[in-house]
Amino acid sequence: MAANWGITGSARIDRQQLFTGLELTLEPGWTCLMGPSGAGKSTLLRLLAGLETSATFEGTIRRPDRIGWMGQTDLMQPRLTVAQNVTLMARLAARPHDPVRTESILRSVGLAGFGPRRPETLSGGQRQRVALARTLIEDAPLILLDEPFSALDPANRAAMQELAYAQLAGRTVLLVTHDPAEALRLGTHLFMLAQGGLATVPALAPPHPRDSSDLELALAAGQILTRIRQSS
Amino acid sequence: MKRAAPFFAILGFWQIVASLQLLPAFVLPTPVSVLRAMIDNSELLYHNTLVTLGEVLAGIAIGLFFGIAAAFIMMLSAGVRRVLRPVLTGSQALPVFVLAPVLTIWFGYGAGPKILMTVLLVFFPVASGLLDGLLATPAATLDLAHIAKASQWRTLIWLRLPHALPQLGASLRIAVTYAPTGAVIGEWVGASKGLGYLMLMSNARLRIDLMFAALALIVAMTLVLNIVTHRFLRRFEI
Repeated sequence: MAANWGITGSARIDRQQLFTGLELTLEPGWTCLMGPSGAGKSTLLRLLAGLETSATFEGTIRRPDRIGWMGQTDLMQPRLTVAQNVTLMARLAARPHDPVRTESILRSVGLAGFGPRRPETLSGGQRQRVALARTLIEDAPLILLDEPFSALDPANRAAMQELAYAQLAGRTVLLVTHDPAEALRLGTHLFMLAQGGLATVPALAPPHPRDSSDLELALAAGQILTRIRQSS
Repeated sequence: MKRAAPFFAILGFWQIVASLQLLPAFVLPTPVSVLRAMIDNSELLYHNTLVTLGEVLAGIAIGLFFGIAAAFIMMLSAGVRRVLRPVLTGSQALPVFVLAPVLTIWFGYGAGPKILMTVLLVFFPVASGLLDGLLATPAATLDLAHIAKASQWRTLIWLRLPHALPQLGASLRIAVTYAPTGAVIGEWVGASKGLGYLMLMSNARLRIDLMFAALALIVAMTLVLNIVTHRFLRRFEI
C-alpha cells in the first residue's frame, strides 16, 4: 500500500493556463473532483491516466503500472459479446483471460449469465454494469472515473454509485463529476478545480455511500453548487 | 414472385414493342428470340460465362486481399500513410476503365489484364473505404487501447476493424457491382474468350440475339454477385 499516486505541476492549452502549481496526492478510498466545466477536470484525469490531451503539461505524474478507466460513455464494442467486452483490456494487452473469473465478475455486478449476449440487447444501466465489470476484472490499484454515471437516469445512477463503491472497496479511486451530490455520497476527499487551482471541499463523515435522501447531503450539495457557480 | 413482377412486365412490354417491328430485328430482337439464342448456344454461352466469371472472382479475391492489406499497412505505419493516402484518394478520380488498352498492351490477350482490371476496380474502393473507417474509430474507444497499453496490431484487430466493418462492406458492395464490367471491358479490348469477347463477335456477325443473350448473362452475373455479397455481409451484420 505504498500508494503515493497523484499529479504535481502546471498545464496550459495554447497560452491559456489551465492550472498552475497544482498538487494532488490520492489517498486510498474515493476522491472526488468537481468544478465548473472547462476548468480542466477531465484534462487532469486524462493526464493522470496517461491519455492524450490537448494540454501541455509540466510536472510529474505518479501512477501505478496498471490503471482502471471508465469514461463518460460505456464504450461497449457492439460487435463483441458481453464476455468479450469484459475481457477487452486483457485481449488488447495480449494477456490471458479466464472465463470462470469473467463469469464471477459478471455475477458480482448482477449480470450472471449475460456473457454470451450482445450489448445491443442490454439496457443503458446494464451496459454501464458491463463497463464496471471491464474495469473490475483488471484488478488495478488505481481507478480513474470520468463522469461515468452522468448519462444514466437518477435511479440507475444511484444504483451504479452504490455498486461501484462496494466493488471498488480498498482501491484508490478518483472520480471526476459535475454532480455535487454524487461527490458527497461517495467521496472521503473532495476537491474543486477552479480558477487554476485546487481547493479542498469538506466531505461528509462516514459511512459512505450516503443515502441519496440524506438531509445533510442535500444541504451540502446545494452549497457546493453555489460555490461552483460563483467560481465559473 | 411479387418482386419479379416489374421485371416480367418490362420483358412483356419489350416483347410487344419488338414484335411491332418498328425497329429491324438486328437492332432490337424480341426477348423470345434472345431466349432462343440462349438455348441454341447454351454450350458456347456456358463456356464463355465461366471464363468471365473466373476472371471476376479472381479479381475480387485478389483486389479484396490487397485492398485490406494496404489499408492495414497504412493504418499501422503513419509514414506509409502520409505518402500513400493522397495517392489512394486521388485514385478515386482515376477512370480505371480507360486503362484497359494499356493493360492489354502490357499484359497481352490472356486472362491477366482482365483480372488486373477487376483487381483495380476492387482494390481502390476497398483500401480507401476501409482506411477511412479504421481512422474514424472514436477517440474515446481508443482511450481503452492506451489504458491497456495495446499494440497497434491489437488495437487494429479488436477496436478499429470492428468499427470499420460497415465501411468495408459498403466499399465491397460497390466494388462487386463494377467488377464484371471491368472484366467485360478488358475482354472488349482484346480477348479470344469470355462474354465480352462473345458480345463483340456476335455484333460483328450481326447476331444481335446472341449479343443480347451474352449481355443478359453479364447482367445476371452482376445481380447474383450482388445478392451473394449482400447475403454474406448480412451474416456478419455488416
